[in-house]
Amino acid sequence: MQTKTSKGALFPYVIWIALFVIAPIALVGYYSLLDLQGNFSLENYKTFFSSIYLKMTLSSFWYAFLVTFFALLISYPTAYFLTKTKYKHLWLLLIIIPSWINLLLKTYAFIGIFGLFGPINAVIEMFGLPAQQILFTDISFVFVSVYIFIPFMILPIFNALDKLNPTLIDASRDLGASSLTTFRRVILPLTMDGVKSGIQVVFIPALSLFMITRLIAGNRVITLGTAIEQQFLVTQNWGMGSTIAVFLILFMVIIMLVTGQKNKGGRIR
Amino acid sequence: MKQLIQATIAILLISGALLYTTKLLNVSGGKTGKDILTIYNWGEYIDPDLLKAFEKETGIHVIYETFDTNEAMLTKIEQGGTAYDIAVPSEYIIEKMREDDLLIPIDHSKIPNLKNLDPYFLNLPFDPHNKYSIPYFWGTVGVVFNPEFVDGTDFDSWQDLWNPDFKRQVFLVDSAREVVGMGLNSLDYSLNSKDDHQLAEAEAKLTTLAPNVKAIIGDEITQLMVNNEAHIALTWSGQAADMLSENEALDYAVPQEGSNLWFDNIVIPKTSKNVEGAHQFINFMLSAEAGAQNADYVGYSTPNDAALALMDPEVVNDERFYPDEEQRDTLEVYKNLGPTYIGIYNELFLRFKMAIR
Repeated sequence: MQTKTSKGALFPYVIWIALFVIAPIALVGYYSLLDLQGNFSLENYKTFFSSIYLKMTLSSFWYAFLVTFFALLISYPTAYFLTKTKYKHLWLLLIIIPSWINLLLKTYAFIGIFGLFGPINAVIEMFGLPAQQILFTDISFVFVSVYIFIPFMILPIFNALDKLNPTLIDASRDLGASSLTTFRRVILPLTMDGVKSGIQVVFIPALSLFMITRLIAGNRVITLGTAIEQQFLVTQNWGMGSTIAVFLILFMVIIMLVTGQKNKGGRIR
Repeated sequence: MKQLIQATIAILLISGALLYTTKLLNVSGGKTGKDILTIYNWGEYIDPDLLKAFEKETGIHVIYETFDTNEAMLTKIEQGGTAYDIAVPSEYIIEKMREDDLLIPIDHSKIPNLKNLDPYFLNLPFDPHNKYSIPYFWGTVGVVFNPEFVDGTDFDSWQDLWNPDFKRQVFLVDSAREVVGMGLNSLDYSLNSKDDHQLAEAEAKLTTLAPNVKAIIGDEITQLMVNNEAHIALTWSGQAADMLSENEALDYAVPQEGSNLWFDNIVIPKTSKNVEGAHQFINFMLSAEAGAQNADYVGYSTPNDAALALMDPEVVNDERFYPDEEQRDTLEVYKNLGPTYIGIYNELFLRFKMAIR
């Protein structure tokens, strides 16, 4: 008898989802089927499977993978040690605060930091070495992207580690497991869900980064995001832009499925 | 639930009260639709003091918005969400807007200051008899370089960019028409080429420039060149003027094979709700004093003869930024390529970007 009222309460959400989730995706799908003259055709899909877009897709995936990998490499130990500190929520806050600053501002700051006359090169020159070209390289691109995504990776992992019942670790040690075995067999499996959602929130946006590719990588790194921006704003070929977006959506669905939480009947509880 | 309802009501009440106050304020200020002028211009493309002076002189309240590409501006005006009264597109977009019936004809009798303009910039092919547009600024595309680091190269020819000594030294502006146009010009082809063979040749030629390219970026070029991060950049003359004023070591040249000559003109889009005010604004900007002050601030070349007379002669006689008519004849104006070729130019540019990795 509760069901009727709860269905009524769902109504605004249904409208919301229809207007702001389903309708845009449907529009993207619709536009992707239009060619430049506005006729229905699969022209855009044919173009997408040409070598240039496939290369771009591969390079997007490669850089998104690098960014996610390094973000995870840094974030897991950080989150782990955070949970061990006395004022862990204060430390966590200090890590989160930079993400309150506008992304563009942070990116512009790196232009100065990495520049030929910036502080990093000043240190390099102090050791008697010639100034290095850091800005507009792959390395600077991955570095800045990792820096920007770290807070998003730390949060879910921190939460998972924080929820972990410490008695489980004690039990593992009592039963004679080494630190490494405890980590591998107890801590890691129990925090895997945090890692997975961390990967989702980093990998998916990293696939379509585009401002950083221009400002930090000087368009030496081209991602699908760059191509979408150009198709919509410069070429005004909404069809092609939408087609790339359709593929991005597909990739994201695949990633969600691969990293999705499987409900293995109360394994955590 | 009760708290939620209370909160919602409170928010609604507050926003209602705020809405009412702003309305009251507007009425007391005497601001109705006729007293507002919405201007849509490129970033850093007007002296803000002139806007204040215009408001003071006419009592019209100015709303000022900026765009960073012609195409972004066009998209917004086509959608018609905002009532823009003034916009400043480049010539090939004016041609397109004229064809798509997006402009309101300009009544020349309401703009007496039209007499201040150099006739060279009037009655151009993209808008015969200036029916829809009035010249605002003009300029060229060329190379900014730092003579201390380029070993005597004067960039008299586009070929100088390909010099193997300039490995990873060249900035390019992130804009398809400028870069592809440079590739076409370097082969002595027209930068409006619609010949697929010429375009393929230009692409092959551009690809060989890849080792020299340091980055393809936008407005950031100015600061990076001023700081000597690189020593060569392909950019617009106005941006070059900005760089030169901040770093005196820099120089600017337009290669001889030819380059782009561009015009940005003021238009009144169909979205306008204050056509009268738009005419007043155009006339105001064309006065000798306003034109000189604006050119001084923005750094681009003004088509306003009367304003030139008021400006620093050293600036006005600088042939790098005010080339004489003979030099201008070697330059080409962009034509509207139509959607198919805009697409082809952009795909070419995208492939070039992929090649510089």
